[in-house]
Amino acid sequence: MAGGDILNKKLGKYTINLNSKPKILSTYSIVGPKEGEGPLKDYFDLIVKDDLNGKDTYEKAESSFVYQAIEECIKGGNKNITDIDYLIAGDLLNQISSSNFAARDLDVPFFGIYGACSTMTESLALASMLIDGDFAEFTVAATSSHFSSAERQFRFPLEYGSQRGPATQWTVTGAAAFLLGRQGNFPYVTSVTIGKVKDYGAMDPNNMGAAMVPAAVDTIKNHFQDTGRQPKDYDLIATGDLGKIGREMTETLLKKYGYDVKGIYIDCGEEIFDKDTQKTCSGGSGCGCSAVVDSGYIYKNMLSGKFKRVLLVSTGALMSTISSFQGESIPGIAHAVEVEFGG
Amino acid sequence: MENKEEKIKQEFSNIVEKTKPKPNIIKNCLFAFIVGGAICDIGQLFQNIFIMINVPTEDVSTYVAIVMVFIGAFLTGVGIYDKIASFAGAGTVVPITGFANSIVSPAMEYKKEGFVFGVGAKMFTIAGPVLVYGISSSFVVGIIYYLIGRW
Repeated sequence: MAGGDILNKKLGKYTINLNSKPKILSTYSIVGPKEGEGPLKDYFDLIVKDDLNGKDTYEKAESSFVYQAIEECIKGGNKNITDIDYLIAGDLLNQISSSNFAARDLDVPFFGIYGACSTMTESLALASMLIDGDFAEFTVAATSSHFSSAERQFRFPLEYGSQRGPATQWTVTGAAAFLLGRQGNFPYVTSVTIGKVKDYGAMDPNNMGAAMVPAAVDTIKNHFQDTGRQPKDYDLIATGDLGKIGREMTETLLKKYGYDVKGIYIDCGEEIFDKDTQKTCSGGSGCGCSAVVDSGYIYKNMLSGKFKRVLLVSTGALMSTISSFQGESIPGIAHAVEVEFGG
Repeated sequence: MENKEEKIKQEFSNIVEKTKPKPNIIKNCLFAFIVGGAICDIGQLFQNIFIMINVPTEDVSTYVAIVMVFIGAFLTGVGIYDKIASFAGAGTVVPITGFANSIVSPAMEYKKEGFVFGVGAKMFTIAGPVLVYGISSSFVVGIIYYLIGRW
């Protein structure tokens, strides 16, 4: 069905039903060397050996990763950049410069968004909605993050000698893109649940996973309520980058709302690294974290039929480099995208 | 349902505290003590050498500081200092080698933004506060010392 009235599309208060089921035609993921040594290494499309990617700065390297991911993803779907109606992308750097500079070299209408590490599902949700709303034939959703560009913006210079707390996380170097269209036998987006900004007063920038938990819990809970489903209806629920600590807290809080997600729930940040051998403390983080796990491990396992219905919930911490110093707590956001295939 | 969220919000900080892993204080202190102590031993070694080769007594500590700052800067430059610091913590921050590291690391990092707005402007982003409050407090202590001396 085309267009239609809003009541047909809204499901409950926060969820949108995508009746036309936008298809994910292809994905492409690029990761850095450290991610390429992690437990999910077999699922990434490209593991680069040089995290500068031949550029002279990490910002330029990150931008080149997302550019490459977008280009290869479109190629993988046998399309040209001129076929794409809209590109939606964002990243962690000031003025989302990685995405902006990548889009500079791509001849395509571009929406730049900022959702911190929730960018992957935010852009995926918007890209699917554009298709379901009949505004586009093909859309691309993309995002990136880079350990070294994030470190210098949010923490310390790389060579500065500091000790990481056990609750800190390691920004993933990686980029991923999703190509969406209307036709074909591919995994498809059936609904999206748009998150609200949630802040329960978490103050510790060295425990970002915890700060994002309320947003993740709220969005997952709203998704269940709106769709009338239970955790058992899903093969997998994957939050973005809450880390081990955040994942445990999310399980605890969801239980308080009566949802037991144990056994089907993972966190991309916890999965991407082996925290003991790779010394990543609570796990991975960054826009690229959920992006490469969703587009690599999860998408490929959907194609192979292992997962039939998954809920992708990227999670973002919305603080700035100055807000913590000004005494602000850390607000979080999470958006959920439901993807199905087969079944 | 809103009430339920309020309740969870109240409990949230307790849940954060309960879930948060505690740093291994004993292990961290031990490493800081050993590494920090070793850095001081190296400083002492150079002090003894300088005394042995008849450097004037009032200049010895300056010589030692120069050598230790060089070692800190060199290990930062070759990318080793931060690796030691990741388990030594305060053991590498407190000695003068840590001060060298805090200046050299931003100088390296921000070179990409040029020598004026990069290196020049950002070199003291970490060491700056140490200098400001170090010099200010030494000024205050100096005045107190002067007044006590007069009295």
